[in-house]
Amino acid sequence: MNLNNFIENFADQFEETDASAFTPDTKFKELEEWSSLIALSIIAMVDEEYDITLKGDDIRNSATILDLFNIVKGKS
Amino acid sequence: MYNPFSLKGKTVLVTGASSGIGRATAIECALLGANVIISARNEIRLKDVLNSLDRSMDQTHKFIIADLATNDGIDALVGQVGLVDGVVSNVGMLPKSYPIKFITNADMTQVINVNLFSHVMLAKGLIKKKRLNKGASYVFTSSVGGVTTYVVGSSLYDMSKAAINSFAKSCAVDFSSRNIRCNAVCPGMIRTPMTQPGGVLNEVDYQKDIEEHYLLGRYGEPEEVARTIVFLLSDASSFITGTSIMIDGGASVIH
Repeated sequence: MNLNNFIENFADQFEETDASAFTPDTKFKELEEWSSLIALSIIAMVDEEYDITLKGDDIRNSATILDLFNIVKGKS
Repeated sequence: MYNPFSLKGKTVLVTGASSGIGRATAIECALLGANVIISARNEIRLKDVLNSLDRSMDQTHKFIIADLATNDGIDALVGQVGLVDGVVSNVGMLPKSYPIKFITNADMTQVINVNLFSHVMLAKGLIKKKRLNKGASYVFTSSVGGVTTYVVGSSLYDMSKAAINSFAKSCAVDFSSRNIRCNAVCPGMIRTPMTQPGGVLNEVDYQKDIEEHYLLGRYGEPEEVARTIVFLLSDASSFITGTSIMIDGGASVIH
């Protein structure tokens, strides 16, 4: 699993936020565009791209994109 | 004793009876005197429900194992069920809560087979093989989802439940010549195995949802849906057909 690729897939769930806003340390829930629809989209994207089932709590327990990447990596 | 809600002497088929609303409905029907035929896929859980059914009024109960998402399952149930005075068409599943752009062919096919095919083809089979007694009552388990409320990620589920709600009314029209009444119940969030927290939503999300959307300040219990279904099966509802009853603690009012 590649971090840059994960960030790209993560960023792809957003419509308005500029790609430069997404780094490993981005606190994604603080992004203005963050919403419950995007949270579901992230869970669905991880299922589609990595064949891993995330729970809502995995999103809740992550502050940065790297946190979430590590959770996904831990499940793979 | 005067009791227009009694089901004594009636034979009622309950599908999806191994857990949740179906299980509670089978138990309530038996308590009100019905002979109950329960159906589901899981033999162990079905036998457990069978053993929970009241027999104090000499009711006789039986179970039929069938996967109603398949033609074989429909044929097996229609073939073995005999004549009935009531049907509770209750099979249902909750697909993944994914946004529309992530819908897959497989997910959609599964929802259609479990939440739609099972109801439509069973109704077809029962009416064609003349299994429904004159004056029977037919109840479909729909949902407020797709009928009065819509939430993010629920498109497939809501679509299937809207279709069931519609199909119940079509059955009311089609079956009226035999004086068969057809209605739908539309539960809000009910505490059942299907809606256990742990996936996308946890108990904190549930509490927030309850506070924001449920006038009665809680989710419902399976028995509360079961008792509304019993009402629709009983002679107490003899002039009610083609309708949908919301059982949602007021959620439809706030949404």
